[in-house]
Amino acid sequence: MIKYTYPEQQDLERFVALRYRTAWIWQLLFLSALLIAIVSLSALLLNVVDGAFGYVAYEFKKDPLTISEKPLEELSKDELIAVLQANLSRGAYNKLEKETPLAARSEGELYNLIIERIIQIKTLETYPLFRSLFEKSAIEAEVREKYPNARLEFRSWLSPAFLTTPMSSRAEFAGVRTALLGSMWLVGIAIAFALPVGVGAAIYLQEYADRKSMVNRIIQTNINNLAGVPSIVYGMLGLAIFVRAMEAFTSGAMFGITDTNGRTLMSAGLTMGILVLPLVVINAQEAIKAVPDSIRQAAFGVGATRWQSIWSHVLPNALPGILTGSILAMSRAIGETAPLIIVGASTFVTVDPQSPFTKFTVLPIQIYQWTARPQDEFHAIAAAAIIVLLVLLLTFNATAILLRNRFQRRW
Amino acid sequence: MQAAAKQETVNTTFRPKILKRKLRLGESAIEAGLFIVGFLTIFVTVSIVIVLGDQALLFFLDPEVTLAEFFMSTKWVPAIGEFGIWALVSATLTTSAIAILVAVPLGLSAAIYLSEYASHRARAVLKPVLEILAGIPTVVYGYFALLFVTPLLRELIGSERIGVYNMLSAGLVMGIMILPLISSMSEDALSAVPNSLREAAYAMGATPFEASTQVVLPAALSGIGAAVIVGISRAVGETMIVAIASGATSEFTFNPLKAAETMTAHIARISGGDLPYGTVDYNSLFAIALMLFLVTLALNIVSQWIVTKFREQYE
Repeated sequence: MIKYTYPEQQDLERFVALRYRTAWIWQLLFLSALLIAIVSLSALLLNVVDGAFGYVAYEFKKDPLTISEKPLEELSKDELIAVLQANLSRGAYNKLEKETPLAARSEGELYNLIIERIIQIKTLETYPLFRSLFEKSAIEAEVREKYPNARLEFRSWLSPAFLTTPMSSRAEFAGVRTALLGSMWLVGIAIAFALPVGVGAAIYLQEYADRKSMVNRIIQTNINNLAGVPSIVYGMLGLAIFVRAMEAFTSGAMFGITDTNGRTLMSAGLTMGILVLPLVVINAQEAIKAVPDSIRQAAFGVGATRWQSIWSHVLPNALPGILTGSILAMSRAIGETAPLIIVGASTFVTVDPQSPFTKFTVLPIQIYQWTARPQDEFHAIAAAAIIVLLVLLLTFNATAILLRNRFQRRW
Repeated sequence: MQAAAKQETVNTTFRPKILKRKLRLGESAIEAGLFIVGFLTIFVTVSIVIVLGDQALLFFLDPEVTLAEFFMSTKWVPAIGEFGIWALVSATLTTSAIAILVAVPLGLSAAIYLSEYASHRARAVLKPVLEILAGIPTVVYGYFALLFVTPLLRELIGSERIGVYNMLSAGLVMGIMILPLISSMSEDALSAVPNSLREAAYAMGATPFEASTQVVLPAALSGIGAAVIVGISRAVGETMIVAIASGATSEFTFNPLKAAETMTAHIARISGGDLPYGTVDYNSLFAIALMLFLVTLALNIVSQWIVTKFREQYE
């Protein structure tokens, strides 16, 4: 027989206390993992906000005061045209006139033209928000020393104008209008494809499929695996199938549109639709699964056919869940970048997308392009675009949560 | 007697068999339609394999390329016909390894805290943080890596030792990106362990730490293993963070302080330009994508296999 020796009372107490201390230390360590996550999230968000606002040192090539006596904002349309005529070379003026007659342009456009072509603001240096707030005098001194002619102004790179102006090659005038509209179109096309197909597949798998049959097991496993395929692979699929093989359709050539190739909103939207399809199917399956069997049995009991029971009883009850899942799929589609680079998002689009068969750009692509540039002012507008994107995502997710809370039923 | 006979005739006229036999064309059409839609998802996988395989085959059939070179060489310079996948794989391995080293300990700790220690109120505050982290688009993480983490690292390590583009920064941020994935999958696995096990451990005098690491954790190990593998697969397939932060030079190196291009970043960079269809460069992208697809598919299948094979059943 084995004889156990037990520690004396004092040793035992010390031993237990030690074990509890270890447990407590580990609990702190576990908690610190969550704290690290919180710190990272805050750092990320603060970093974005930090970049999107702050002081800007800039310089005019030509002082506004020298080209007109009155402040530019107060000039009438004719006076603005006169200023343009007086300060631009004949060739440049004629070229502008040829693009769109100057008399036909709005005052705002003419004003922007003067700023862009004559005054030519040059951004010398941008300062992040927190430095701008806390080291204002240091920045002022630095600017005075480095750029004696420069003006210093606090600028919010995120502004109403940023949302409504199209792309520009100059960060000071660039906006996300075309990208925002492109994102909307893209999500619309993607969900128009993924929602019917995804819900159909989910209904089949939950309501009709015989779980034991080989084909149905393969379909189910396959959907789970598709959800794990890297998004860039979907991009390659989109490039080969939608951009190239189906070019006649996706370029709009079938419908008499001839000025594009296959790199259109249609290709991108369908690629994104396929990418979010597994997500829609899995969410819809969960929603349908949550409808209790008694509902179906009651429908069968009063003589409904299978489809009648699904259409009139199962689907209406599963609808909030399906919608929540689709909104989450849409927010995935709106943030996805890599497949769109491959399908061929254009980086410089100044015209609003009018149909699915146009060249396109979307918010994440703009963020990528601007972040990859070396100049600070492009990083600033990238930060502003990130805020727009995050607010958009927040709206989507908040809608999903509201829907879920409003319509969710407990059986 | 007569009544019984009548009963019988009634029964025969209402035999449910007749109802069953009735063909409902509309119903069958709907079922067939739904089956086709479900089958479409298989068609997606099949077309991925066909598209990638077809173009990759064209790549390998090209006289400039040999299979041996592709799988053995460590140089990837398409301009002079050098196609050695290891130059890209090395960067993928390095960034993914860093990401996993960050995400697994942190994600697992977070999951243990949330499932074993946190009160209801603490969970209500802490869980959304992870959910927000999971919902942030990867391009935003790329911005964060290049414009926050990299300058920070350059300050800490010294800007002469670490470049503007480096794999360390990309890997660290990728770790933060997959942290919520690993923690939520692990937490599901931990929560699925029945309470009776914990209660038994406490009854034996275990501390909360001993109960969670020596009783609950081993019981949930299959789910946690699956989470780690899904995390690896996500890291291998991640594109935007590495495309922005880890540089654009395909170099064979495992040094995290250096810039190197991963498989995904290479595909993104090359296809971002206007590459003419049908060239070796163009086809090489499909060969890389096929490798990525196969690797991630294998990882996902292994993860599902682990869950079903090693799951502890407590019922």
